[in-house]
Amino acid sequence: MMGRYRRELSVLAAYLVLLLILAVRDFLAVLRGGHLGFYDLGHLRALIVSNAPLLVAAVGMTLVILARQIDISIGSQFCICGVVAGLLSKAGLPMPLVALASVLTGAGMGAANGALVAGLGLPSIVVTLATYAMFRESLRWAREGEFVHDLPAGFQWFGTGQQAGQWLVVGIALVVFLAFAWGLRHLRIGRDVYATGSDAEAARLAGLRPRRVVFGVFVVMGALVGLAALLNAVRFPDVDPNAGTGKELQAIAAVVVGGVAISGGRGTLAGSLVGVALLGTIGPALSFLHTQPQWEKAIQGVIILAAVATDALHYRPSRARSAAE
Amino acid sequence: MAAQTLLQLTGISKTFGGVRALQGVSFDLRAGEVHALIGENGAGKSTLIKIITGAYQPDEGTLQVQGQPIIDNDPSRAHALGIAAIYQQPALFPDLTVAENIALGLEPPRAWRRVRWGERRTRAEQLLKRIGAAISTDTEVRRLTMPEQQLVEIARSLGADARVLILDEPTASLSDQEVENLFRVIRELKEHGVGMIYISHRLEELPQIADRVTALRDGALVRTCRMSEVSRADLIRMMVGRELSAVFPKIEVPRGDVVLEVRDLGCRESGVHDVSLNVRAGEILGLAGLVGAGRTELARILFGLTPADAGEIRLRGRLVTVDSPARAVQLGIAYLPEDRRRHGVILDMPVSANTTLGVLRTISNLGFLSFDREHDLAADFVSRLGIKTPSVETPVGNLSGGNQQKVALARWLAAKPAVLILDEPTQGVDVGAKAEIHRLMGELAGQGLPIVMISSELPEILGMSDRIAVLHGGTVAGILDRAAATQEAVLELALGHGAGKRVPS
Repeated sequence: MMGRYRRELSVLAAYLVLLLILAVRDFLAVLRGGHLGFYDLGHLRALIVSNAPLLVAAVGMTLVILARQIDISIGSQFCICGVVAGLLSKAGLPMPLVALASVLTGAGMGAANGALVAGLGLPSIVVTLATYAMFRESLRWAREGEFVHDLPAGFQWFGTGQQAGQWLVVGIALVVFLAFAWGLRHLRIGRDVYATGSDAEAARLAGLRPRRVVFGVFVVMGALVGLAALLNAVRFPDVDPNAGTGKELQAIAAVVVGGVAISGGRGTLAGSLVGVALLGTIGPALSFLHTQPQWEKAIQGVIILAAVATDALHYRPSRARSAAE
Repeated sequence: MAAQTLLQLTGISKTFGGVRALQGVSFDLRAGEVHALIGENGAGKSTLIKIITGAYQPDEGTLQVQGQPIIDNDPSRAHALGIAAIYQQPALFPDLTVAENIALGLEPPRAWRRVRWGERRTRAEQLLKRIGAAISTDTEVRRLTMPEQQLVEIARSLGADARVLILDEPTASLSDQEVENLFRVIRELKEHGVGMIYISHRLEELPQIADRVTALRDGALVRTCRMSEVSRADLIRMMVGRELSAVFPKIEVPRGDVVLEVRDLGCRESGVHDVSLNVRAGEILGLAGLVGAGRTELARILFGLTPADAGEIRLRGRLVTVDSPARAVQLGIAYLPEDRRRHGVILDMPVSANTTLGVLRTISNLGFLSFDREHDLAADFVSRLGIKTPSVETPVGNLSGGNQQKVALARWLAAKPAVLILDEPTQGVDVGAKAEIHRLMGELAGQGLPIVMISSELPEILGMSDRIAVLHGGTVAGILDRAAATQEAVLELALGHGAGKRVPS
């Protein structure tokens, strides 16, 4: 068991070291008569709530990468879904239907990606680069960058008030995470995703339908982006049409740092969770450790490289051996 | 013989992980001659060629090129010595033009050297003219036909001043007219003093083109003689003349009803046509034939990888359409592919997950996988098939070739198939694992499972099969009963009797 989760555990260890450093910092601050910084409950809660949408998107990205694909259009999908949710809510739709519409909008865009990749056999990096631009530009064309203002009272925090709303956002994200983590391991379809990502041709020869799997993961990716966009939008009084910008890179980075092999077939959602947590903690950690915030991106970049490099070093010997046989 | 000896191999031996590929083989090639090299699949021809081209180092023996002993031969050394090989499948760059392809490897490999396009084109034109090929040098190679591509390869090797040219099954996919053209080029090259090693399964061609012939069998030299001294029957005897060396655990099983039957089956894409045969419960049907005769292609049709566009497939008398592997699996048709290391198993996944990949439904409760049942099922197969693995959680990529093969077999057996198709089931596995796979096949047939076995090894075909369907040129050349099957009879059919039919390229 320990062997199987080695990658996840090493990322977790790195994360715990970071938490420990922050704990020492807070401890010293309190000793000097100051306040808690990172471990201030209000700050922790805000951090978790702001990362909940990313976790949902990272769940979808984990599936996509496990199936040996990539989706860089999710940032644009995220923007569109958020705006759609805001507009429909303003038009008077009840929140459950708004949520459904956001999820379906994302699933629709995911289906377009999936059809191009699985149906026509086009490489996903090219397809989603194209749809990334198309989705973004069509939103810009339709809305000209306008925020969605004057949302009904029922929109922000699902109309439950900030306290309960925050619990709801984090709760939904956790339920989605747990459901997929469980399903990936315990459902047949989860096994199909791993098999497809490891060796699509072998999966086909085993009687699976790898193209359907690939189509499926793009649709699920889109649906989860729709949900993530909604969870993000309800945190604010207005909907920012650029809320999703850069989300694709954050999600991919979290998944890769979490130990999911970019070559598909290896990794777990537990790893992606730690990846989201680690990358999300870097920014606040830097500010509490009095480092200039400009370093955040650079340090995240170093962590991503380190994750990919350890993966390559760890797997190279066995790969080379099986190829040489 | 006045002609200069270009190539002299003496006492060459080569072993791969305990398997003897060549033993004490001597071979020579003179300037201006065509020396045919014959032997069954696996007789050691390819290994010998690879030693000449420097891809392999011999364990014992010496190699001399024009009287000079060559130690530490490697591909670039061989190239510099004027040794060139042309394989059945041309190895050209499809997106580059003819002139560029010919230039590659001829021009000094300096990255910053300016490309002189005019010079490239002129040289390519001259070389093509020398072999009488009318091919435009500006054409992209992908637009050329297979025989044209061969000519480009020949021109390229001439440009490199090749004195020794190895032609590996050059006529396998050529029409009669194209073969004639190639022979004309070969005669031309002979005039220029080029020595050629000619490998072909088409024995009827050899008297037309070869001066001498050498036969290999089981890695050993049988005989080298002048082509004019031997008949076609002699050639066949030279290739196969040995007793069955291995003991095959063939169990006599009463044959049951016909399980799989195909009639006039064909698929234009893969060149298979008018195939009719059947397999009964408890029967092992051997599919014999030379490389390229359509055996694997037939299996791929039956498994839905290249669906048939003619004829019919009946499973237990019911007409079925097999349009995808997923459908084939539903119908109970199991196929263990030839290229096991690439696609027979999923290397990243553990033994257990590989075993249950086709039967996840049966180890699930309401769609939820039961890891206990998965473990039990995998453990059961590990012990039944004697799979050597540290645990069922070990990734299959860490196992040996023979054990990977058994895992692939376990997956299909777990699915309880109606018919099992095995493509080269023992290729590249060690002797012990091979015997065990044969024993398993016997057991499975004994339990009433019909098995279709493709094999390039004649002893395996003769030892394991109840009946043998011999393919040639994409169709069944004949079906032999176990009692009537001899190596000579199978080979006669596989070679297609005299001129034989040819697969259009």
